[in-house]
Amino acid sequence: MKKKYAWLLALSLVLSMFLAACSGGEKETADNDKKPADKDEPKVEQVLNFVNGDTIPSMDPGMVTDEYGIQFTSAIMEGLYRLDESGKSVEGMATKHEVSEDGKTWTFTLREDAKWSNGDPVTANDFVFSWRRAVDPNQGSEYGPYMMGGVIKNATAVNKGEVPLDQLGVKADGDYTLVVELENPTPYFESLTTFATFFPLNEKFVTEKGDTYATSADTLLSNGPFKFSSWTSTANEWELVKNPDYWDAKTVKLEKMTYVVVKEAQTAVDLYEKGEVDRAGLSSDLVDTYSTHDDYTVQPDNSVFYIKMNQTKNPALKNVNLRKAISRAFDKQALVDEILNNGSIVANGLVPKDFVPTPDGKDFRDASGDLVKFDVKEAQKFWEEAKKELGTDTVSVEFLGGDNDVSKMMNQYLANQLSTNLPGLKVTLKEVPFEQRLELDTAMDYDMQFAGWGPDFLDPYTFMNLWLTDGGNNQMGYSNPEYDKLINETATTLAQDTEARFDNFLKAEKILFEDAAIAPVYQRAGALLVSPKVQGVFTNQFGPTYEYKWASVGAEE
Amino acid sequence: MTRYLLRRVWYMLITLFIIATFSFFLMKILPGSPLQAEDKLTEEQKEIILEKYGLNDPIPVQYAKYLGGLVKGDLGVSFKFDNTPVTTILFDRIGPSALLGFQALVIGSILGILLGLMASIFRNSPIDFSSTIIAVIGTSIPSFVFAGLLQYVFAVKLGWFPVALWGTPAHTILPTIALAIHPMATAARFTRTEMVEVLHSNYIITARAKGVAESGIILKHGLRNALIPLITVLGPMAVGLMTGSMVIEQIFAIPGIGEQFVTSVMVNDYPTIMGTTLLFAFGFIVIILIIDLLYGLIDPRIRLAGGK
Repeated sequence: MKKKYAWLLALSLVLSMFLAACSGGEKETADNDKKPADKDEPKVEQVLNFVNGDTIPSMDPGMVTDEYGIQFTSAIMEGLYRLDESGKSVEGMATKHEVSEDGKTWTFTLREDAKWSNGDPVTANDFVFSWRRAVDPNQGSEYGPYMMGGVIKNATAVNKGEVPLDQLGVKADGDYTLVVELENPTPYFESLTTFATFFPLNEKFVTEKGDTYATSADTLLSNGPFKFSSWTSTANEWELVKNPDYWDAKTVKLEKMTYVVVKEAQTAVDLYEKGEVDRAGLSSDLVDTYSTHDDYTVQPDNSVFYIKMNQTKNPALKNVNLRKAISRAFDKQALVDEILNNGSIVANGLVPKDFVPTPDGKDFRDASGDLVKFDVKEAQKFWEEAKKELGTDTVSVEFLGGDNDVSKMMNQYLANQLSTNLPGLKVTLKEVPFEQRLELDTAMDYDMQFAGWGPDFLDPYTFMNLWLTDGGNNQMGYSNPEYDKLINETATTLAQDTEARFDNFLKAEKILFEDAAIAPVYQRAGALLVSPKVQGVFTNQFGPTYEYKWASVGAEE
Repeated sequence: MTRYLLRRVWYMLITLFIIATFSFFLMKILPGSPLQAEDKLTEEQKEIILEKYGLNDPIPVQYAKYLGGLVKGDLGVSFKFDNTPVTTILFDRIGPSALLGFQALVIGSILGILLGLMASIFRNSPIDFSSTIIAVIGTSIPSFVFAGLLQYVFAVKLGWFPVALWGTPAHTILPTIALAIHPMATAARFTRTEMVEVLHSNYIITARAKGVAESGIILKHGLRNALIPLITVLGPMAVGLMTGSMVIEQIFAIPGIGEQFVTSVMVNDYPTIMGTTLLFAFGFIVIILIIDLLYGLIDPRIRLAGGK
């Protein structure tokens, strides 16, 4: 009998050999893992290890649109200015600038000691080349025309091909003077120059690399605090090292940052707990487990979410009292606490909290106050009036929202709140993928829509211009000449007068909610675990999520 | 044989063509565009960019252009990864997925066959019952549940294996096991059922009567015949395994192609969607051909090309 099953034994042997081979491999890694253990010495190694939510699809500053492209171009490159911890622009490639009387001509003085990582100096022509390229219709950049259109003289016309590239309002006056002409006086232009689309590019290098430019570490030049030691556009792991040629290299303490792509929040947290990475984002289902963790932090974000109410499709939504009732009829606090559960806060206005200060130093949100709060009684009062004016007891509306898990919970919650607190209001849900929602938005084919917006520069205008009568993102038939006038003035006649501008913004925001154009819901935040040894990393008000120039590694605990 | 092969290759090309056509048009029905800042651009700005990428052409024109490139072996350039050829993406990503899939297939089918064999030999014994239970669990519980469990127990709690990431053979162990459970269960079930049936057939009785050793009967006469249906299911399963599992790759943070494929669909990266679909289709077709050839090897009664 024994012999009969000898072959079974043989097969098992083969299998165990396979397993042995695997476990041999494991030993190898165990040895590798030991090497960094030498860092028990007193001097702390200036190395941070992070996870990244996805690959970096593009490192071409003229082409980037996604979070990671913007994040990493900003780490290895630098524009005219860079934002510091308080959101102030500080010296970058430019040391100073002068603005002409009419606010339309900006003359930047560039530093003469800035170099590309191949040794070439960074000159004014690098900016001219890069900005022209960004609006060149043959380049196909998305952010180029979006960020520059209506700001830099002729940007839109150049993008449409109506005037040649050299008509773009940017000129080099010698190697170290850059003259920029704007369409309108643009008070927030300084903050725009910190954004990736406005970074310089070394013309010779970019032209030489052609289609391969910015597809790998070898086809990239750095003029910022860090540079890649390894990266390709499809890479799953990469390393940034300090750029010794950076003009302010003495400020940069961090020697190295390593990144690996991890999409699953639970996996990132497991790696964090094993000490393999120094930061991990938490999805809302993980917050309850980790909110008592010593390293738990909440990171605010300047994206605001609201309900758009389309006045062109469902006639009932034309009624301002109905819109007022809807804006007040749902409990936002419960939504951020129970559904989002990640540190997000209730929004009672449009411009987010801690985004921009008013000229007298107050936060814009505090200065403007709570413009529309959850208040069932008041909501029902408006609802009664609305019913009277509409001459009906029941109103049906369709609610358009996203289709991922959290969105669905929010949609159902909001629909339920509205129909419970406003008896007679029937809300039907329509849940679609993001792309489809945008199509329905463009076609204005919805009644109510859950939507959001993140800032593109440091000025309330980035949120307020959405609701201009002809605003590209209005798409809900909202129009108030008074609002248009106030907002347009901030970009034209009052552009130079900071105090008057902010007065206009404050007034306009009140009008927006007197008209109940939109119903604000919440301002987003993210919950994270961050190791206490990560120091000096701060989050930006717009653009790249993190700023690493001033980062360092502190002693562990 | 050569004629048979040539004919098969011809059919394969036709199949690929049909798949390419279908997926091209289906893909164009997807809502949205590859633009990433779609909510921020004006209609006019969008038009200018779509024009640049040839996405304003009528769909039949785009289709003809795509086929033209395909004939030359050009899969195009990714929309998401600027200037990166689709072939580069596929080559970078297929390795880890194929390795995991291969390991899972080998381990899963060997273990499964062993399990099934034992169950059929010791029928109605505790071995048989436990094998059935393992098979039922393996088929009914999705692999990501196993993946999460394995990760939690063996990496987070016990620390025997790395939690996630890619690089050393040790990193492949947990994902391989998670992936291997399903093929193991399938192989075990098929092997047991087939063996029980085969062991009752006349030629086995003849062999026994002739005094052939039991091991010979089971291996040479039994298992060989029982393998036919198993190979039929394992083939497509092999392709499925080797082209990557999005969920497993996501849980273990593996740079594989399964996860890449889903991402490319989400962002409407048309050239990458097409490239990956065609690669998967190609894998399937080749595997089916190999299976057909294997049938002949395992069971000489099955003749190729119906010829002499």
